[in-house]
Parts: sequence; structure tokens; C-alpha cells
Amino acid sequence: MAPDRFRVHAGQPADEAALRDSARPPAWRNPEPAGTYDFVILGAGPAGLLAARGAATLGRKVALIERNLLGGNCLNVGCVPSKALISSTRLYARMREAQVLGVPRPEHIRIDVADGMQRIRHLQARLGRADSALRLREHGVDVYFGAARFAGPTQVTVAGAVLRFKKALIATGSRPMTPEIPGLIEAGYWTNENVFDLNAVPPRLLVIGGGPLGCELAQAFCRLGSQVIIAQDDPMFLAGEERDAAQILSDALARDGLEIHLNTQVVAVRRQGEQKVVDLVSDDSKTQVVVDEILAGIGRAPNVADMDLEAARVEYDATAGVHVNDFLQTTNPRIYAAGDVCLERKFTHMADATARIVLRNALLRGRRRLSALTVPWCTYTDPEIAHVGLYVREAREQAIPVKTFTVLMHDVDRAVTDGDEDGFLKIHVKDGSDEILGATIVARHAGEMINELSLAITEGIGLGQLGRVIHAYPTQADAIKMAADAYYRARLKDAGGYK
Amino acid sequence: MNAAIESDEALLERFQCAAFNYFLEHCNAANGLIADTSRAGAPASIAVVGFALACYPVAVERGWMARAQAAARTLATLRFFWRSEQSEESTATGYQGFYYHFLDMQSGRRVWQSELSLIDSTLLLAGMLTASVYFNAATAVEEEVRELAAALYTRVHWQWAQGGGATVRQGWKPESGFFHYGWEGYSEATMLYVLGLASPTYPLSPASYGAWTATYQWENIYDCEYLYAGPLFIHQFSHAWIDFAGIRDEFMREKDSDYFQNSCRATYMQREFAQRNPHDFKGYGAQCWGLSANDGPGVRTVIIDKTERRFFGYAARGIPYGPDDGTLAPCAALASLPFAPQIVLPALRALCERYPDITQSSRLPGAFNPTLPGDGPQGWVSDGYFGLDQGIIVLMIENHRSRLIWNLMRRCPHMVTGLRRAGFSGGWLDLR
Repeated sequence: MAPDRFRVHAGQPADEAALRDSARPPAWRNPEPAGTYDFVILGAGPAGLLAARGAATLGRKVALIERNLLGGNCLNVGCVPSKALISSTRLYARMREAQVLGVPRPEHIRIDVADGMQRIRHLQARLGRADSALRLREHGVDVYFGAARFAGPTQVTVAGAVLRFKKALIATGSRPMTPEIPGLIEAGYWTNENVFDLNAVPPRLLVIGGGPLGCELAQAFCRLGSQVIIAQDDPMFLAGEERDAAQILSDALARDGLEIHLNTQVVAVRRQGEQKVVDLVSDDSKTQVVVDEILAGIGRAPNVADMDLEAARVEYDATAGVHVNDFLQTTNPRIYAAGDVCLERKFTHMADATARIVLRNALLRGRRRLSALTVPWCTYTDPEIAHVGLYVREAREQAIPVKTFTVLMHDVDRAVTDGDEDGFLKIHVKDGSDEILGATIVARHAGEMINELSLAITEGIGLGQLGRVIHAYPTQADAIKMAADAYYRARLKDAGGYK
Repeated sequence: MNAAIESDEALLERFQCAAFNYFLEHCNAANGLIADTSRAGAPASIAVVGFALACYPVAVERGWMARAQAAARTLATLRFFWRSEQSEESTATGYQGFYYHFLDMQSGRRVWQSELSLIDSTLLLAGMLTASVYFNAATAVEEEVRELAAALYTRVHWQWAQGGGATVRQGWKPESGFFHYGWEGYSEATMLYVLGLASPTYPLSPASYGAWTATYQWENIYDCEYLYAGPLFIHQFSHAWIDFAGIRDEFMREKDSDYFQNSCRATYMQREFAQRNPHDFKGYGAQCWGLSANDGPGVRTVIIDKTERRFFGYAARGIPYGPDDGTLAPCAALASLPFAPQIVLPALRALCERYPDITQSSRLPGAFNPTLPGDGPQGWVSDGYFGLDQGIIVLMIENHRSRLIWNLMRRCPHMVTGLRRAGFSGGWLDLR
């Protein structure tokens, strides 16, 4: 039976067929397993694909098993479609605020959601080509489609075949968590797994959850013309993020026209004709909203079910996923895990990074550690919010004295000329040194800017050294140079050489 | 009055006295409650009552009020709070020794379903403790003032306010319990911790202050290093009672600074932001600055000079991250007087010169916004007056002029104990 992804669409058949042919060719026949595999991988998302290609490149006999579609969440229902949608909606927003750049606002901005969604499907088809089943086979990877189950500590079954392995990798990813709200399932709701199949936006949409996914999609749908209400149970968006960043995001969402309910819980949903009536509670205040659709974005849960992990002596739980040590080994030392299924931070780049660790540790006798990674991340709202390294509170909890060098985007020439003045760059250094502990950036292109700081932390490059790097002018990343300049001025001041 | 030819002392006396008169004009003398604002039907605010209690000694010393009258009014206030209902009932006046943020002016019972506010209760208690130090005469009235203030302070259950957490919660409601968030980042809560730690009955856990200060951020912004907090009032409220000059906790020892110096820097930062004026608001400049928590024009979007401007209602405006809608807080700017008289006095004179409509009564409005057109260059002006604004003006002008409140509170054993338990040392604390 074809996966759901291919049954709900109204796009161009060519793109649908191309994506299907890449991600799960209809006529695909699983190979016949021959002998013991060096490496069996469960899950063909970003971690599984990278590991499969890497193992094949190393000359290992490798099998890759996918229950659904090659590409995993990222390509099919995650980063690729959401960022494509966000790019389209940013342009709509830019058109509406054209006057900021001295350009007359277009008299009529026609929003075509179907075209936007078709573009997404086209991009998916195009990007999916790189890791198509055929190309993987050509690369030496045995690709199996079907549900994988462990039949013991060294074997897996799939579609009737038994695959024996020396080493294995569990990279089965994650799925959207279902909010436990009475009436929600009966009333129906969307997640990121089906929201990109739309060809029209609902007039009124409730987004449950103010984390990255909820905020990104809430803003995107608002910009597509939906009247969006967002309910977040914490007192600020992006729990755990820098408070000022969350405040700027809150202001930005309000400016877009979202109705924001922070510190608010959704307690009940019921269908009333074509509408959905939702009860909200904030402390002692109860309100009711009526919407056409509901989108749940409260986080993701690891895919650990239906694999008979017990048979492989792999410990796990439904919240944290597969239990791994710092080398990403499960409780069965032959079996490793990577990506969403075992990580708290469920990012595609973490899936990539952990798959590399597993390749090294499982196949090359490496001793790479998860804890040694420097992990940046970004929420792709407008402005974007990116972070890497420690937050100030984390550093202070470790008794590390911290000083923060802050540059406001309204002081960055390129941000001013681009009309992108909302936001800031904060670089946290160990007080008394230029060692970069962490950084937060709120800017339209924060996701691009954070990588320089990620490099600096990874390679031990201090803020002072960054100041010696010539940054192209004018760029928004010049903010990093400005922070470094501020560091030097502060040092001179401390030394009494500057007043 | 012509501010241009007035001496600094006369100018300050005029604005300070006008601010104090708010407490006479908007008081229920029977129970001592003071209205939150001068607007019709406004309830009492317990924080404003706290400011009023601290202002009465100022009024006595300045000759605006007889000592007996001030003591009597203080006693009426303390008696009311002592006798008011403390229970889980939704219409009580308080619970666990704390009080609801807003009370009915006549009955003193909770209104607006307001929260049991820990910070506003702290401001109320600070006023009570000020009175207990100032009214030190061996008269029946003043003795009762001291007894009641001590009793009201010692019955506060600070430990309960932690709600089982590491730090103090922000509030509680009988309908829904504790707010599920606490204080994060530097704020006006320093005095809350100081008074909570000093309690002889139900003190905050010793680790609570450290847990809170762990959320501080020391930032270098515009080449100025300071303990960041956006709205100006945060750098003022605890300082109205505590002289932080020269005393340091662990955080400030690490940064080789103190909270007084920090408020100086925060004040200069406000001016710096106004000079940069990144959003091109009218009026902002070297002599017109000050973003704080205050009234605003209301939530609306208006096209002004081809630019779309969004305005807010009552909000904690701050620099440099905002929100900033062009609304200025003249009271907050004036309340920074002890920290930076060199820039505050010129700002007050400039305000008088540029905006006579809002300064001629000598009582400053809660906010104005020259960007949003109104009846004059001041643009939109907040309706009426806010008690908190008037209270902080009276106390901070007095601290600048005579250090009265600071000196009184140095003699308050609870304040001193709390500072020491929070890890403060040095300066005047070591001289005691």
C-alpha cells in the first residue's frame, strides 16, 4: 500500500511520480540477503542515508531498511517543505512591507497556496534525487523497504527476509507528539506530516505549541492569509531560549498579526459543524476560540515502537528514545543509534553529525564522543533565532564567569540598508578571556551567521582572533566583527589605555 | 513657574511636593489605601501604599505634613492590613502574609481577580519597615506603628512563596495556584530576596538568591558594560530603599562593580539609546529619554509620515531590545536623579521647556508619546497619574537631596540582615 504522502495531493503528477520513484519506487524489489552484513541500518532519514553511503564508501557490505520513504522527515515532512514554504511566505511579507525599502507596496498581492505547495513538491522531487533508491543501489547499498524487526542481538527481519549483521545502526527518527487534549483526535488536527499536502489555507487556524515548529508554521500560515491563534503553555516562546530573543520573536509574530496566547493551555476541543471550538485556560482565565483547523506542534517523539528492540537487548523508553552512551552505543554494544531516535536535540544536522560518529566508532574502531560536539541550531522564523554553545545561565551554573558582547542589528550597516534592523548578536565569553562560550543571534539571516561562531567554538578560536578576520563589508555578519571590536575596546578600557 | 530661572533645589522641591500630594489626594484616610491611578474608580495598589508609607517621613521632614498626621495615617494603614482577612478566600485581602495586587479602596478586598503579588507585597512591606524605623518616638501611636510593622513582616511566609522551587514565584491565585514561572534575569526583585532572606520566621532558602542571580546577564552594549535589564524602573525600585553604593554581592564582586554604579550606567544607556534612536521616534535625544514600564497609547497601528507605527498599551518598555513605540516615561527619567544628576536635571529642565503642557502642574504624567499626534508637541499623553510614578519620584528625589530613606533603611535590622544573607559586604555594611 502506498504511503499516505502519495494519496493526498493535487499537484503536478510528474513531481509526485519523480519523488515517488526516488523515495520508494513502486516496482522496487528488495534484494536477497547474502551472508552477514557488516552494517545494517534501520531508517533512511538523514542519519541512515549518511551512514549507508559512508559505510559503502568504506567498502563495507551494508543494508539500509526503510519502513516508509527514503529521506525521512527532513525531505518529506520537515526541513525541506517547511523552509520552502517559509521562503514563499517571507516574500509575501516583504511585499506587504515594501515601503520600508522605499518601494511602493503592490496594489494587489495574490496569494496562491496551491502554487506554493506545488513548488514544495517539485523541490522535494529534485532534492530527493541525490539519495534515490537506485542511486543508493548503484553506490553499493542494499536497500530494503519494509518494517524492520530485531530477531535477536545480531539479526533483523524485513519483508520476510532475515538480515544478519556485525554492526547495526538504529536511525528510525521521530514522529510528531500528539497533545493529550480531550476531543482533539475526534475533531481532527494537523501536524507537520500532513500540513504540506494542503492546497488552500484555513481562514482560522489554531497552532498548539510555541516551540520552533509551532512558531515557524504559525508565522507562515499567518503570512499566507490565515487568521492564526497560537497557544503556548510557557510564559514565552521557544522555552529555554534567550529571553530577549523570545521577546523579539513575540513582537514579530504580533506585528504579523498573530493572536498570541502565552502561558496558556489548550484544555478541550470539540467539533461544531465545520468548525472546531477550543477551550483555552491561562491561570484562572478561561477563553474559547473557534477555528477551522488545528495544527499541533508540541514536539517530537522517538520512533522506538514495533522494532522488537527487546530481542536485540537494546534498552529504550518512549520519551528519551534509544538509550546510548557517549559513543552512541546502545546497551547492545554491536548496535548504535543516531539522530532523533536517541537525541534530545532533534535536528537534521545532529542526525548527520551523530551518524558520522557512529561510522567512525562502529566501523573504524573510533572513540568519538557525542559530548564533544558543538551544536548550533536555528528557528526559521522571521527574524531567525540561532544559538550555539552555552547560554549564560548554563555557564553560571557551572561557575564560569561570563561577559556578553552584544551588537544590535540596528547598528549594523547592512542590516540598516536591508531594512532588517530587528535583532541582535550576543557572544558570551569567559570573563577575563576571549574564549567564546556561546552565542545567540536574532536576525533575518541568523542561521547563516551562527556558523562562523560554531566554527570558532569548535576550533577554539577566540573572539579576539575573530576580530582579526576581515569580514566583507557590508554584510550582516559584520556584526561578529563589531562584537570583536567591542571586545578589544573593553580590553583597552580595562587596561586604562582607552577612555 | 519658569524652570529656566529656578534653582535646582527649588525645581526639585516643586516636582517632589507635587508628586507627594498625589498620596493626599487619592487616599482613603480610613484605611490608608491609595489608588493605583488618579482615574475614576481605580482600585488601591498595595505597591503604591508601600510607596506612600515611605513618603510620609519625607513629607514630615520637608514640612508638608505634621508628624502626628503622618503617624496617624501610617497607623491607620498598618491596622487595616493587620486586621484584614488573610485566607484562601478569593475576596480576602491577602494570604500567607502577602497581599493581592489590587484592593477595593473602601473594603480593602481583592478586586480584578488580581494575583497575590510577591513583588508588590515586598514594596508594601518596605514602606511598613521604613515607617517602623522613622516613627521611633515613645508615643502610643508610634509604638503601635513599630509593633504592627514587625508583626506584619514576621507573619509573611516567604518559604511558601518559593512553591517548592529554587527561586521565588511571581504570584499566586486562589483559582489556579502559583504562576508557573519565576523571576529570570536581573529585576526589581532584589529587595524581595533581601527581605525574604532576613525573615526571622519563614526565611527564603539561603540558596534562593544565588539561584536567581545565576540568571543575570552582564553585557557590553554600546561599549558600556552593565548588568542588563531593559526597563528603567528595574534599576530604581529596590534602590529607592537600599543604598547599594559601595556594597557588593558575589556577582558584583566578580564584576568589580556595585548596583548603584550599575544603575548609573543603565541611566546613561537610556540616554545613549535615545540619542541613537534606531526607530526614529520624535522627541528622543540627549535630553529626552527614558523607557520603562508605563502606560501607552493602546494597541493600534497608525501610519505617521508614511511609516507604519505600532503602539502598545501598558507595557514594560525597555532598551535596547524594546519594546519601543516612542512612548517616554518622564517619571522614570526623573527617578534616576541619584544615579546621574548630571543628565537627569538637564532632562527635567528640557522637559519643562519643550512640553509645558505636561509639566506646568509640576506633576508628571505616566507617559507621553510625541510621535503619536495629540494636543501639542508632547503628542499623546497618558490620562491622569500613576501612584507608582509619583512614589518613586518622591523617594528618589529625597535620596538625592538628603539620603533620608537610604539612611533610615541602613538602620532597619531586617534590611541589613537580608543584605548580609544575600552575600553583600563592604562599604557601609562593614562599618556597622
